[in-house]
Amino acid sequence: MEHHDEREAHPHSTREDAEASLTYFQAMEVAVRELLIEKGILTADQIRRQVEDMDGRTPARGAKVVATAWLNPPFRSRLLSDGNAAIAELGLERGPYKLVVVENTSQVHNVIVCTLCSCYPRWLLGLPPDWYKSRSYRSRMVREPRAVLREFGLELPDSTTVRVHDSTADMRYLVLPMRPAGTEDWAEEELAALVSRDTMVGVAAPTKR
Amino acid sequence: MKVRYAHPPGHVRTPAYVKGRQGVVERLCGTYPNPEERAYGRSGLPAQPLYRVRFRQTELWPNYRGSISDTVDVEIFHHWLEPA
Repeated sequence: MEHHDEREAHPHSTREDAEASLTYFQAMEVAVRELLIEKGILTADQIRRQVEDMDGRTPARGAKVVATAWLNPPFRSRLLSDGNAAIAELGLERGPYKLVVVENTSQVHNVIVCTLCSCYPRWLLGLPPDWYKSRSYRSRMVREPRAVLREFGLELPDSTTVRVHDSTADMRYLVLPMRPAGTEDWAEEELAALVSRDTMVGVAAPTKR
Repeated sequence: MKVRYAHPPGHVRTPAYVKGRQGVVERLCGTYPNPEERAYGRSGLPAQPLYRVRFRQTELWPNYRGSISDTVDVEIFHHWLEPA
């Protein structure tokens, strides 16, 4: 009788258990979390709720801010002068850091990086993508931004000034991308759907789909 | 302004690539507790002025390829700056 591969015998093959061995930091997280619960400083439910809240923060929040700025010039002005106060007008949390919004124009393209770690406006965009935290992105974006942007598929003419923002201390940055042509009569929800995470970091530009 | 060319031990918030380089203050961000003190459990007070300093790419990287007008803006605490 022909010998069958074991994987064929189990069509619902399972992924290897990721918890088989903890990394140093995973073990530390478990230890600290268990201690906090044991000492009555936090409850397991409070921790779970925080994780759930964090997962609920997505780039849709930032997209709403951008679409509103495109439709409402006075709001755009307020957003550029005081980001935290402006987003609070939309019912969004002000956030734990000062928000600096930088505007792309036909002359200036802005892009965000944190060379020292991975600072990111999490309360507006959610968790940063892995590439944002990579050593390669962090070291190259300040040194050869045009080459990195080209790798993301964004080719900028020499006549456009590339302005890199290195988030090293207490500011967090959001790029206000340019509104695509031909969207003049679009509603807020339709505009927001064009605004992706990457366009608010500055490694892409929104396009009319 | 010019960023001090210094390499103190411990936690610093000034990236090495701007040390000794000249830039212009784009804005004052406000005052913030000094993170280089807070990293060691101290208060970081009095709060220090924090600036956004704009550097030309060609000032940072001699072989920079791209527009002469390209810039990098970096947040720098007052104690890292000196007159150019």
